[in-house]
Amino acid sequence: MSSIVLRLSEAGRFMSRGGAFAWAGLALLAVIVLVAILAPVIAPHDPLTQDIVNQFLPPSSEFWLGTDSYGRDVLSRIIYGARISLIVGLLSILIAMSVGTVLGVLSGYIGGRFDAFVMAVVDLMLSFPSLLLGMLVAAVLGASLENLIIAIAVTEIAPFVRLARAPTLVLKEQDFVQAARSLGCGHGRIMRVHILPNLISDILVMGSLWMATAIRTEASLSFIGLGVKPPTATWGGMIREGFENILDAWWLAVFPSVFVFLTVLALNLLGDGLRDATDPKLRQRD
Amino acid sequence: MKYALKRISLGLPTLLAMFTAIFVIIRIVPGDAAAVILGDQASAGALEALRQQLGLNEPLSQQYLGFLTGLLQGDLGTSLVTKRPVLDEALRVLPNTIELAVASILVGLVLGLPLGVCAATNRNAWPDYVGRLFSLVGLSLPAFVSGILLLLAFAIQLRWFPVIGTTQNAGPWDRLLAVALPALNLGVIMSAYVARVTRASMLSTLGEDYVRTAKAKGAAPMTLALRHVLSNSLLPIITVVGLYFGTLIGNAVLTEIVFNRPGLGRLILGALNTRDYTMLQGLMIIFASFVVLANILTDLAYAAVDPRIRTA
Repeated sequence: MSSIVLRLSEAGRFMSRGGAFAWAGLALLAVIVLVAILAPVIAPHDPLTQDIVNQFLPPSSEFWLGTDSYGRDVLSRIIYGARISLIVGLLSILIAMSVGTVLGVLSGYIGGRFDAFVMAVVDLMLSFPSLLLGMLVAAVLGASLENLIIAIAVTEIAPFVRLARAPTLVLKEQDFVQAARSLGCGHGRIMRVHILPNLISDILVMGSLWMATAIRTEASLSFIGLGVKPPTATWGGMIREGFENILDAWWLAVFPSVFVFLTVLALNLLGDGLRDATDPKLRQRD
Repeated sequence: MKYALKRISLGLPTLLAMFTAIFVIIRIVPGDAAAVILGDQASAGALEALRQQLGLNEPLSQQYLGFLTGLLQGDLGTSLVTKRPVLDEALRVLPNTIELAVASILVGLVLGLPLGVCAATNRNAWPDYVGRLFSLVGLSLPAFVSGILLLLAFAIQLRWFPVIGTTQNAGPWDRLLAVALPALNLGVIMSAYVARVTRASMLSTLGEDYVRTAKAKGAAPMTLALRHVLSNSLLPIITVVGLYFGTLIGNAVLTEIVFNRPGLGRLILGALNTRDYTMLQGLMIIFASFVVLANILTDLAYAAVDPRIRTA
């Protein structure tokens, strides 16, 4: 655990040295997370209350970002929608990260036929378009929050298997692992205590980059109609509804689009900065 | 040529594995597939008829065998909604999708390569920062978001382009106008990937000794950047373009939906909305075949660029 903290504090130091992009990303992400957590406090209206008299109102001082076809406040729906995007993004990436890392370490450590089989499956998953795989899984399972999380997690397991396997192959031959083995360490303990801590920080850094992709995929699937069912406010779902009325009410599609973009951008900025800071090769060249 | 044949034969097991995976995923529909397709109000007779039609009463191994023999004969099944062969439906709109894909790859390369070269040769100066920011923005835009924004700005507000995609008997000029905006949408996103990897690849080549030698011999900056550096940075760029193909397919599906273009993307959306699982399965198989084809082409492109791979 201490090595993780060490690596991350190192990352912080490198970020402070020049990564203005990364800091901007972190700040932006913090604001979005805060908005999602404080949604009931800061949302000016209820996201679900329909008000037919006030439908399709353009942005005004009462409704900052306008109202939709049911007279619901767009800003409040965007604020609540942030919760779904972040929850789906975070949970799906946690699942993909854990399953992928365990599989990758096992595959690299055990080697042989098991490794060959896992890598064949991973190559297959990597070459199949991830959005289509997500669509297929979401469509087969049926639209719901849990199934959406599972579908997105499935599309993102493969890169983590790769990322965990490669260093395992190197680490398992190192002297300190041999030493642990000769001292009578079991395989499980070697993987947990001696191998995992050495690759976990890279996995976490990649996690923030892939969470950006997860949120993008969630928005895309919701836009297609495979997301969390209405009337729950989701950004992709709002864009879908707004797109149907795009000729009359541009604000319906544009504002949630801006928030999807900002969230994905924040995670990409942060992930890029962290990767540059933790990658020794890049560090040398800069 | 021998290399090409060898590479193509290697693609076959991949293809078989992908088809099998699609077959399996489609069949993990929870509960009775026929009931899922027809809804709650379906009569027992209709359910039984559909089960018969889909072959759901046969054992799974039998179904799989039928599925594979069908594929070998070029039979992707019959759409549950239109009752027409899936392959016919797909082939009818395929030219539109291919047109869009080719146009967007052209835009992506024409825009992305110079941007990457420019960023790498002006490292840590303003062209580099502009290029990197552009890449980040491109990587952060979901294809349907950028598509909607382009549609709003250029088709609805400025009216430079038609809002509705191609019509069946449009002239060449109308076709070009109709494909321009969707291709620009896909191409700009792709150019973000291309620019990023071109920059990174050029930067690592720029440090090589022979580049310094060329510089010392007085090679013009332009010749140096293009002939000495770029031509030796091509392999990673080809890799990314090849790997990007899968993303391109996903983005093309979203783009076709936004721009209301007839194509495989709209077919998929229709299949999802009507629970047309045969159509869905057939389209996934078509996409998988394209991916394998793209992988083979990528490897052949390696060999064309780098003679070492051909002879190895």
